[in-house]
Order: sequence, then C-alpha cells, then structure tokens
Amino acid sequence: MTGPTTVADDPWQVLRGATRARVALGRAGDGLPTARELEFRAAHAAARDAVHTPLDPDLVRAQLDGLELLEVHSAAPERPTYLQRPDLGRRLAPGSCLPPGPHDLALVVADGLSPRAVHEHAAGTVRAVLERLPGWTVAPLVLAHQARVALGDEVGAALGARAVVVLIGERPGLSSADSLGLYLTWDPRPGRADSERNCVSNVRPPHGQGYAQAADTLVALLGAARELGASGVVLKDEGRALPPGAG
Amino acid sequence: MTVRRTTLGGRTYEFAALSDLLAKATPARSGDVLAGCAAESQAERVAAQTVLADLPLTVFLDEHVVAPEDDDVTRLILDTHDPVAFAPVAGLTVGALREWLLARAAERDEAAISGLARGLTPEMVAATSKLMRNADLIAVARRTRVVTGLRGTLGLPGRLASRLQPNSPTDDPVGVTASILDGLLHGCGDAVIGINPATDSPAQTRALLDLVDAIISRYEIPTQSCVLAHVTTTLRVLEAGAPVDLVFQSVAGTQAGNRGFGVTLDQLAEARAGALALGRGTVGSNVTYFETGQGSALSADAHHGVGGRPVDQQTLECRAYGVARAYDPLLVNTVVGFIGPEYLYDGKQVVRAGLEDHFCGKLLGLPMGVDVCYTNHTDVDGDDTDTLTLLLGAAGCAFVIAVPGSDDVMLHYQSLSFHDVLTARQVLDLRPAPEFEAWLARMDLLGDDGRVRELTPDAPAARALLAAAR
Repeated sequence: MTGPTTVADDPWQVLRGATRARVALGRAGDGLPTARELEFRAAHAAARDAVHTPLDPDLVRAQLDGLELLEVHSAAPERPTYLQRPDLGRRLAPGSCLPPGPHDLALVVADGLSPRAVHEHAAGTVRAVLERLPGWTVAPLVLAHQARVALGDEVGAALGARAVVVLIGERPGLSSADSLGLYLTWDPRPGRADSERNCVSNVRPPHGQGYAQAADTLVALLGAARELGASGVVLKDEGRALPPGAG
Repeated sequence: MTVRRTTLGGRTYEFAALSDLLAKATPARSGDVLAGCAAESQAERVAAQTVLADLPLTVFLDEHVVAPEDDDVTRLILDTHDPVAFAPVAGLTVGALREWLLARAAERDEAAISGLARGLTPEMVAATSKLMRNADLIAVARRTRVVTGLRGTLGLPGRLASRLQPNSPTDDPVGVTASILDGLLHGCGDAVIGINPATDSPAQTRALLDLVDAIISRYEIPTQSCVLAHVTTTLRVLEAGAPVDLVFQSVAGTQAGNRGFGVTLDQLAEARAGALALGRGTVGSNVTYFETGQGSALSADAHHGVGGRPVDQQTLECRAYGVARAYDPLLVNTVVGFIGPEYLYDGKQVVRAGLEDHFCGKLLGLPMGVDVCYTNHTDVDGDDTDTLTLLLGAAGCAFVIAVPGSDDVMLHYQSLSFHDVLTARQVLDLRPAPEFEAWLARMDLLGDDGRVRELTPDAPAARALLAAAR
C-alpha cells in the first residue's frame, strides 16, 4: 500500500544492510507503514502457531519409518496447563510405563515450546545421531507430549539408560519458529539440575545448524560424557581442556 | 505467627501468616499458582483483601515476610526506614493508606505523596497496591514525582523518555551502530542508550562502551550509555579506564535471589562509588541502573520467606525496589513480560503487573520505567502492549524500552518499537527529556509542531547522522 503519506523514497537504506534488526522501516505518521506492520504480524503469527500446533505422532512415526517408537505424556494434560506449570511438564503422567533396559542411550523426542520444530527437524536429527553411534545400544525412541527438557530424566531412568538426549522444540523467536535443541544428560534420574546437562541448540537447517553438524557435536559430547561418567558444566570445562580433536 | 481470619459469604477464611495474607490478596497471576501461594478461589482473594485492608501499616515494621536474620534485603529495608517520612500515614491501615493516596492524587498534592517514599517499606506498598484497581494505580503514580539526572533529566511531568536498546546477537559494532542511529532518528535514547551484551566479557563490554561513547561524543548527545554486563564486569572495565556512565545490575527481592544473580549489596555500593568517582554527569549524579521483574526470585527458587513459606512474586518485586533505592538510581525498570507465561500468563496479567510495578516503584521513590514486552509463548500481542504503554504514559512513567521494529534480535523477545514511543508521546502529548529535546531541535530532527519529523533522503539531519554508519 503506498500513498502520499507513506515513505516514497527510503532515506535509510544504508542502515538496512548493516543489521538483521528491523531498522529503517519508514513511517506512516508515527506508526508503521502497513506492509511493515503486516510483516511483523506474520512473524509473530508463525511463532505463536509453532507454540500451539499440536504434536502429530503419526507424522513423526511416518518420518521415522521402521524405528520403534513409544509415546508418553507429561503430567500436564493440555497446552494452557503446560505453559503455566513447567513443573508438570517435567514429570510423566501418572501410570506411565516404559520397558526397562539396560541401554547405553535413550532418545526422547519432545514437543517442548515448538512442536513444529519436531515435525520439521526431529527425524533428520535422530537419523544423523543414530548413524554416528554404531557401538551404542539405544532404547526404543520415545515421543513425549507436553514435555520439558527434564522429563528426559524420568524417561531415561525408567528405560534404564546410561544417558538420555532430549530433542525438543525450543521457544520460538520471531525469525526462528522451528528451532530444535538437543539436551544431553548422563545418568538421568529425577532431580538432575540444568547445570548437569549439555546443549546443542538452534538445529534448523538451512538457517541454523544442520543435522550432521549437530550430530557430530552431540556424539562428541556423548563420548566425553561416557569417559567422564558425567555431563554438564564439568564436561564443558573438561572439553575445553582437551587438545583439539580429542573430543 | 498471627493467624488472621474473616468471614465472607457465610464462610470463614484463615490466613496463617503475613506472607500468606499478602499472597492470597494478590490479583490472579500464574506465578503465584506455580509457587503454591495463590488464593484458591475468587472469594478467598477478596477475603484476604478484606483482612489486609484493616491491617495497621505498623504491622509491617514488626512482622516480616522474610526474616531479617536470614536475609540482608529485609535488614536493608528495616535499617533505611525513615520514621519522619512515615509520620503522616503512621496511624493508618493499608485500606486507609489507599484512600489517603487517592485523596492526595485528586488534590494533585505531589509533594505529600512523593514525600512518603522513604517512610514506606516495600511490603506496605505492595499491600496497598493489592487493594487498588488499575485506575487507582495510574491516578496515584501520575501525582508521584521522582526526578533524576546524569546528562539528561528524567521523570519531569509531561515527559516520556526511552531507553534505546540496540542489541545485536554478535555484538557487531556495525549492527549496533545502525540500531542506535535508527533510534536517534526516531527521537529515542533520552533515558539511556543501553545494550545487553551477547557475551559478558570485559573486552566486549569495553568495546561496546567505547562505541556508544564515541557516538554520544561525536554528536554531543545529552544522554548516557550503559552496557548491561554483570556489575563485577562493569567494575573491572571501569577500573581499567572505560567510559562508564551507569553501572547496571539485575536485582531481586531476597538475598538468595541476589545470590542467584551473583551479586551482593556490598558490590552494588562499590560499583556505585566507582561510577560516581568518574564524575561524568552534567545535570545530576545518579549513576546506577537496575532491572527487576516479577517472577525472578521464583525462577531462582529464591522466593521463600518466614517458615519456608512462598512469598508472592509482586511483594518480592517490591522488595527488589527496596534494594534499588539504596543506590540512588538514574533508572529502574521492570521487565514485565519477559520470563514467560508461568509467571504472567496473558495480556491481562501483564498489564496489571506493569501498572503495579510502576506504581510501587515510584511510590518507593524510584525513577520507574517499564520494559513493555512479551515472549511468543505468552498470550500477549501488540494490542496488549499498546494498552499498557498508553496507560503507563498516563501514569507518568519515566521511560520505556524501545528496539527497532519491536524485535530484539539478540534476546528473542518483543519490546516496544521506536514508533510506539512516538505514538505514545503524540497521543498523550508527552515530550522527550528536555536536554534531549533541545538536541533533537539542534539536529533539525523536530518539525515546527515539536514532533520528530519524518525524514527525506536529502535531509541534512539524516545525512549528518547516517555518516556514522559508513
């Protein structure tokens, strides 16, 4: 939409090339030009929809064709409760049952704050991780509804896994509604602190990390965690001390 | 511990502790439910408010929500309470203080209201706010005067300043500069040009301080800069000669909460002394900047008080103001929608909290601003932030935060845009800080009507400022 009251020529073109920030938007009076207003709304709508899109287990199952997949629900029964009660999203629903291992590793695919990220990037990431772990025994995949990262502690413990990796939809940003995060916890059990985890974030090719790159980092962390018998801050510090390539 | 009770609608409600009474009297919000201290019904909430209304203010000097022997914030609050300032309202109950404030506001008696600040404790102010509707909070805050200054004067009537927040995900100097210039061209930045650094390293902090200082010096802008690094980082670069106008720190309302932020009261005093010694002010000597926000103590599991009971997040927020005011800040703002829906669930809760925080901070004597903001997993949008912004403008808010196009590309949340600041000023007939307004005029950025003009490509003002981006 253009007209005499909108910006015909852009005086601030020089600013636009300098940053991803929304600079030099022009003005309609003191407000935004209509096109800029609608661009912002579209970005916000994508982020909001990413939060509220229900996790589609059939879609994930089809994408992971051939892999055994167990489904669990957190103690948060639906989205509004999930958003207001993070404590419930960290616990399994009463009566949940998982077959005990032992296993070296459990992978939990969790909706988190962006089920859309799971739909778009979980299968690719899972495959890339599994093909890099030939020597590891891996528990059946778990798909978790209304889940927070710490739900993996209870799931990993129930499965008898030495380590758990939670692949979870991250809080959507305006320009990144589909970002997947990978959280590694060694010796998972309820009560683990966030400082005992390692994270590989922003998996969302082509804009963020690719599957192979993220899986390489995660597998290196897994190897280091197995050697140390721990994950989290201690592993990060240890990792820095290692010579290049040793991870 | 005094058990208090009342009967409402044929049912008796009991409140086992002062913290319990305050929590249950609080207007609904998700964080208090999460903490397990919220009223269990609407009726219980009103019952608590009814009991609270009859509570003498002096109770708060003798009975504590967080024990002084466990908590240095409580000790600070008690040690700095001024009985002389308290005298005009010392005989009142919480409900009567609400009426006293509304009466003084109606008379436009700014001196009477503003003179109470050091006589009121955060818990008294929190309690009073719980009995007030949004319009009460606005009416009293509008007649509360808190004026501060460093190189610009903030808090004057009829003014709305802004913090220009030019964050960059990589602290890229070119990107930061572009956002600063965009903000200046929209008449923003009079409260501070304040950057959240992507990394909290001394080198990065120093580089950003030098960058903003160079822009302020080059264009002789009567404002101040701040890099919102941890106070210990700022102190380190300050001692190494960096141009530090303001020392910043996030603060909470309990000692445990401040421990979570990695800060002690002594460190805050030391940092303030360091910045004061630089003597960088021209119109004032307020050299600290604090951010707060409801839910910050709870998110650090630092929200427990007497008897291990949870304290409601709004009372804890007021206690954070008790910390801030000990260091004569230039700026304090609550970041009202930042943490997420588990603390403030939707637009209604965010608007309410923003008005509460502004009122409480101001009544306690703080130069109060608000980061009117939201995350994408909260049920809040631009309509809600418009509502809160315009209400804050009516309430005489000292400043708001503004980022290019509402989109903070580093912190991944939405705050106000530069356009929103222009709109609020226009709708409510508010102006920038006086020194900054004069600078805008000198730069030929104001039209004949005093509004920030929309520039054309060949405007000398645009060319002059954009030269810095090249």
